[in-house]
Amino acid sequence: MSTATRERLPESSTIQQGPLRKPPTWKSPIIMGVLGVVALLAFGLASNAGDTSTFGMSTGAQRLQIPALVLPTRPAAIVLSVLCLVLAAVAAAAVRVKRPVPLAVPIGFAALWLLAFLVWSMAGEQVPLPGLLGGTLLLSVPLVFGALSGVLCERSGVINIAIEGQLLAGAFASALMASVTDSLWIGLVMAPVAGLLVAVLLAMFTIKYVVDQIIVGVVLNVLVVGLTGFLYGRVLVQNADVFNQPGTFSRIPIPGLIEIPVLGPALFNQTIIVYLMYVAVIVTQVALFRTKWGLRVRAVGEHPKAADTVGIKVNRIRVQNVLLGGVVAGFGGAFFTLGSVGAFGREMTAGQGFIALAAMIFGRWSPVGALFAALLFGFANQLQGTLGALGSPIPSEFMLMAPYLATIFAVAGVVGRVRAPAADGQPYTKA
Amino acid sequence: MKLELRGITKRFGSFTANDSIDLVVEPGEIHSLLGENGAGKSTLMNVLYGLLQPDEGQVVIDGERVHFDGPGDAVAAGIGMVHQHFMLVPVFTVAENVMLGYEYTKGGQFLDHAAARQQVRRLSERFGFDVDPDALVEDIPVGVQQRVEIIKALARDAKVLILDEPTAVLTPQETDELIAIMRELKQSGTSIVFITHKLREVRAVADRITVIRRGKVVGTADPGTSEAELASMMVGRTVQLTVDKQPFAPKGEVLQVEDLSVRDDLGRTVVDGVSLDVRGGEIVAIAGVQGNGQTELVEAIVGLGEDISGSIRLQGKQILGLNAKEIIDLGVGYVPEDRSHDGLIESFTVAENLVLSQHDRAPFGSGLLYHPAKVKARANELVGEFDVRTQGVEATAGSLSGGNQQKVVVAREMSRPLKLFVASQPTRGVDVGSIEFLHNRIVAERDHGSAVLLVSTELDEVLALADRIAVMYRGRVVGVVDGDTPRDVLGLMMAGVPEQDARRQAAEQGPTALTVQDEEARQ
Ligand SMILES: Nc1ncnc2c1ncn2[C@@H]1O[C@H](COP(=O)(O)OP(=O)(O)O)[C@@H](O)[C@H]1O
Ligand SMILES: [Mg+2]
Repeated sequence: MSTATRERLPESSTIQQGPLRKPPTWKSPIIMGVLGVVALLAFGLASNAGDTSTFGMSTGAQRLQIPALVLPTRPAAIVLSVLCLVLAAVAAAAVRVKRPVPLAVPIGFAALWLLAFLVWSMAGEQVPLPGLLGGTLLLSVPLVFGALSGVLCERSGVINIAIEGQLLAGAFASALMASVTDSLWIGLVMAPVAGLLVAVLLAMFTIKYVVDQIIVGVVLNVLVVGLTGFLYGRVLVQNADVFNQPGTFSRIPIPGLIEIPVLGPALFNQTIIVYLMYVAVIVTQVALFRTKWGLRVRAVGEHPKAADTVGIKVNRIRVQNVLLGGVVAGFGGAFFTLGSVGAFGREMTAGQGFIALAAMIFGRWSPVGALFAALLFGFANQLQGTLGALGSPIPSEFMLMAPYLATIFAVAGVVGRVRAPAADGQPYTKA
Repeated sequence: MKLELRGITKRFGSFTANDSIDLVVEPGEIHSLLGENGAGKSTLMNVLYGLLQPDEGQVVIDGERVHFDGPGDAVAAGIGMVHQHFMLVPVFTVAENVMLGYEYTKGGQFLDHAAARQQVRRLSERFGFDVDPDALVEDIPVGVQQRVEIIKALARDAKVLILDEPTAVLTPQETDELIAIMRELKQSGTSIVFITHKLREVRAVADRITVIRRGKVVGTADPGTSEAELASMMVGRTVQLTVDKQPFAPKGEVLQVEDLSVRDDLGRTVVDGVSLDVRGGEIVAIAGVQGNGQTELVEAIVGLGEDISGSIRLQGKQILGLNAKEIIDLGVGYVPEDRSHDGLIESFTVAENLVLSQHDRAPFGSGLLYHPAKVKARANELVGEFDVRTQGVEATAGSLSGGNQQKVVVAREMSRPLKLFVASQPTRGVDVGSIEFLHNRIVAERDHGSAVLLVSTELDEVLALADRIAVMYRGRVVGVVDGDTPRDVLGLMMAGVPEQDARRQAAEQGPTALTVQDEEARQ
């Protein structure tokens, strides 16, 4: 998402004799360095020497049981903080030679930093690691679907602010249809259809009628919130037995893979929607960067006129991608109802569509990047729950802010320079 | 392949950009389309390439009528085009750009980068290009980008290659290389439509010349036609191609720039330690291929830059840090390169535009008042003096042609006593008739004792006007040389070769395709 309009430049200055690439800034290594030192001082050196932090390593679903991991709090936090500082140094080295900082660096940094924080907070306590990771994954599922929708749209040059509305529409349609038909599968199929309907409006107004993309997106969100809220109050609440009791998909443990220590139960004992997400991320990543279709989509998002001059139908591709994005976000909506809560609730997406946009930016408009960014936000969210249960030294109100703080940092570009597709948000019309 | 355009008419609203144009490109010829800026050359080629739909007329290939719904159809018919503004995706590699739209795939949909690379290498080798298929387009120089565009067209088996103003971004040496490439393509049977407004290039390379004026074909010529004749066809009357100029008699230093550096908003250094003096009564021209820091240097001098270090003095007084209005009031006149955005307010009248920097002071204003009658009287004087062709001083500036708009800007800037006159691309997009007039005024300003700093990417203009020439390359001044320095030497300096080396290389290499004409002209 890039709302800044490009500056008009006189013709001559658009032509450059050398690299046009903006050098990376020192902002991100400096902030990482400072945060790393904070972690070292606050989590490492300030903790009590005798304390231990214990991670449970297995769940009942696994045949192979691993004993809990007992870490001495202080050395563990120090090691994690030092690793943070190492990543900060890696970022600094990249900036020095004017290379972009690889995406894994800020994401790895944030994960390590949060881990250091966790280790420090859980001194004297035990936390089950598979549960922590599984919870992280679940909290990030709608973000991943939403961010993928954003990637699909924005890579082709259309800003999708309506992800929130698409998630909500998907959540509503899946709950309603699964209840009415008494089939979770029909519910799961109707979610993308609802997302698609929102996308049809988005495509029509932004591409056909060339209305400002941000405004259309905002209006669509308001529309979906209003419509689902109205129907929820008038229909779903009145007769919840018939209209709002879809139930949830049960978990499908994948034999073999579930035995992988720690990760197995977190990743491979999930519902069909989570497995769909894995497939969606991989397929989108491969399709965008390895196929003919992907090359064209990216060309349309970067330089639509160049694409046009080689016979690529710019607006056709944009419409396709916006619709596809709606479908993907619709699945994310189904997760709220069929994948976790088991019923629809008014505005139950609670701004996740916007966090998904942040994950897309943090992930630098790549599906895998967005996946890890979403996981990071999910982790921050999960920590808040876990630590709340432990009675952490940090007030829970503050912990509630953590995912949003992480988002703001990400969007403010602290995680390294982000470059949107060059034609993102710009309609393409011919004379 | 024989290509014919018959009766092509293209209108934009009520404006007719192409008026029933006929054009025939024979197989294997280099056909030059010559016309002033705005004559309608790009429009015609965009119609041919399927980017625009003609209102009337037809395209005929080998005797058969064809219809192009989009560029894809034109490419399929064997037409390739290198656009005036390159159509390359900056964040893609060369290979990706070349295959875009015509992808090599393996296993169904998967991109075959190896095959694309191979293709780029094969074509590069064949034409002696040095192009790395894996380089990102944004990282390679403009001259190489142009070759990527040519490779793109050849990769699709173009039988007719359209080159739209390809030399605008090249140094004279690069232009020579391009001419060699064009000849080679012709040898291998490709016809070329070569679009330009530079007479010298047309004569060097074209087999046949079609001249377009104001959207109409005004005639065809063969390359033996003299520059003066071509110019008068292009303009519609006889023009004088050289400027009468007395030897210069410089006085004291007016502008002293020392160690000036400018960074752009991306933090890149675009002007790098430039030092330059301009004396009263002399014209110093800054030559260079566009985009080498000229614009930013000039903007810094007139108070429009931001991230600047160094020193700029006007008659000894430090002006770095003053804003544009303060600098104007010190006696600096400025003609910006983008006239319609920075030089004028198009929705204001000619009269208002003529007093833009003086509107708040006597005689045009006093206190909070503004005196339209005085403004109008003054405007009438200036319109007469500068030969501005307008329906009246109350017409909006936007309704004027490019040349007349430029005269308004120049008239305004010269209508007050100046110490320094700075002109950036003063004749870009201006008709030849107005160019003559503007050049004479600039020389007159010099003879009047002002210091003149001229930025031009047109070497002809630099050579016609300059008393001294500063050549810029990548933000630095490569050297400052006399106004009569040979074109070859300047060309090499524009590519970053220091003066001494440039002179030596120029002497070793002998005259180039373009300079031969200078010799002929002298004989
Ligand atoms: N898309 C357009 N809409 C309106 N006017 C245009 C458009 N494209 C070109 N023109 C006008 O048509 C004329 C011819 O332009 P162009 O073909 O670019 O000239 P040339 O290439 O010969 O310099 C110019 O006056 C230009 O302003
Ligand atoms: Mg043109």
